[in-house]
Amino acid sequence: MIAVHTTELRAWSCIFGVAALAIAGECLIAAAMRRVGDLDDIRAESGLLGAIRAVLTNPLFLIGATCMALNFFALLYTLSSVDLSLAGPASASLTYIGNAAAAKVFLRENVDRRRWLAVLFVCAGVYLLRK
Amino acid sequence: MKHTLTPQRYLVLLAVTLTAPIGDALLTRGMHDIGVVDLQHLALLWHALFNPFVDLGILLLIGFFASYMTALTWADLTFVMPATAFGYVVVALLSQFWLHEHLTAYRWAGILLIVCAVGFVANGPSLTEHPELNRMDSGAAR
Repeated sequence: MIAVHTTELRAWSCIFGVAALAIAGECLIAAAMRRVGDLDDIRAESGLLGAIRAVLTNPLFLIGATCMALNFFALLYTLSSVDLSLAGPASASLTYIGNAAAAKVFLRENVDRRRWLAVLFVCAGVYLLRK
Repeated sequence: MKHTLTPQRYLVLLAVTLTAPIGDALLTRGMHDIGVVDLQHLALLWHALFNPFVDLGILLLIGFFASYMTALTWADLTFVMPATAFGYVVVALLSQFWLHEHLTAYRWAGILLIVCAVGFVANGPSLTEHPELNRMDSGAAR
């Protein structure tokens, strides 16, 4: 009985870890790109290399990309012990909900009723697609 | 908030939606040609780089990341998110019509829900305006 609880706890800890890294990575990259500004304007001024340099020298982007890389390895680790049919939809749904909350709090996006509804529909849709 | 999407920006969102699932499908197709890679046969990964499906898949995934980051410079994260989720729908449709897999009623219901979600968000504004930040930016520029 205790072993079952421990396994479940471990599985959900892994899933929450995967989702947390994805949320951190996507929010940091979004914040970085907001700071960088319109890439078309930068490319018009300093060319493609200038646009690439503007992105790659942004510290928020580098931390966000590191989080996304860690998210990839965390997902691989999770899939080694948790079924894909649980880990896939659970981590994707938690990431969508967490992203919406983090975007409202940290990026100060106007996450209105329409966007919350869209997040809930995506979560339900992902769950049904993996069923 | 205002709606700022031009036809060119819709094309970028279309690229976000299509490149990731098609890239994943091409990688899967290419890795089927390569066979099972285990710790004793890691050199197979090097051979995978010479497979045209894998190369095209990698190119499309680079295209996905570039278009995703471009979209985030002029749209909210919560606006772009449903576009990335639409990739699940593309994968399901590819598996039905290209790989001839069977889509269950649950999956069609899932597709319908994600299409509705994209519709909700696409009809709204793409970017949250922060007037106080704009004032600070213009003040800093002076």
